[in-house]
Amino acid sequence: MSVWFWILVACAAAFLTKLLGYLVPQKWVTNARIARVAGVLTIGLLTSLTVANTVATGQELVVDARLGALVVAAIALWFKAPFLAVVIAGAAAAAGLRLLGLG
Amino acid sequence: MPTTLRHSPGARVGLSIAVATGLYGISFGALSVSSGLDIWQTSALSLLLFSGGSQFAFIGVIAGGGSGAAAAGAAALLGIRNAVYGMQLNALLHPRGWRRFAAAQVTIDESLATSTGQTVLVEQKRGFWVAGLGIFVLWNVFTLIGALAGDAVGDPKQWGLDGAAVAAFLGLLWPRLRSKEAGAIAAVCALATVLTVPLVSPGVPILVAAVVAGAIGWFGFRHGPAGEGLEPDVDPYPGPPDAPGSTDAQAPR
Repeated sequence: MSVWFWILVACAAAFLTKLLGYLVPQKWVTNARIARVAGVLTIGLLTSLTVANTVATGQELVVDARLGALVVAAIALWFKAPFLAVVIAGAAAAAGLRLLGLG
Repeated sequence: MPTTLRHSPGARVGLSIAVATGLYGISFGALSVSSGLDIWQTSALSLLLFSGGSQFAFIGVIAGGGSGAAAAGAAALLGIRNAVYGMQLNALLHPRGWRRFAAAQVTIDESLATSTGQTVLVEQKRGFWVAGLGIFVLWNVFTLIGALAGDAVGDPKQWGLDGAAVAAFLGLLWPRLRSKEAGAIAAVCALATVLTVPLVSPGVPILVAAVVAGAIGWFGFRHGPAGEGLEPDVDPYPGPPDAPGSTDAQAPR
């Protein structure tokens, strides 16, 4: 139940944020500082999500098959693989490493 | 004289980006159910939240054992860029009445990038709506397919779905690391995350990194040639910059 509550909060926040862009005065469009904060925030959050999903297990830092998935995904991205291929490569790497008994 | 919809470059690019993006809804669906959400909750996120990065953020925090509040916080913060996109699109397309609400819901990286890549107004409109609505429909269909598939899979770890989540986040981040400064920001936020994971509840390190990033963005701001500005994470117009259809059109200001 509580998860539903936070899902709906997140959905409402997302829609209102999008709508805000259509409602604020046009001069805000030229506010480069707001655009920069939004840009840096996006980089920071995605980085943190990547790192946390790679090494965090609860409050512990753990090195396991997920680190292999990260490396393989980076290689795939380096070679300009499409998003879905990158995701599948990450899954295959983690599953493969576990099959070998690593992590 | 606008071309017919059949030959519209905006609609054509919009459609191809809609297919490519819609397809990876399958990975969101599968990862969402493996993070512990049910199929209804997964579909609600795709229908109502409808912003890939924020949706992945929500399930990423939940999968790590974070609270619903931290998940919603990360998703909301990651959605702030959509407000900036909304401002740009409003200045470009001026939707009125109910269309404004529909436009807001489909304001995402891909619809912005498709629209601003076109040079004439009618194509900018077509690009935005075809990409936005096309992705909305396909993203939701493929989310459901992914969720059903993920539900049928037994142990998500055995299938490497936690590795898939890592790859998905890196895939979302990668196109934004175009400059040295972006790389430096990422390095600082990665360090902040690693340092805070043992100290605070799961999910909270992501919010700490957001605060750090926000401070860098706000205080590190300098006027001048393009700093770490905000570009959508997709470029539907690959190819040499002088090729037709790939002009970097700026919104009239």
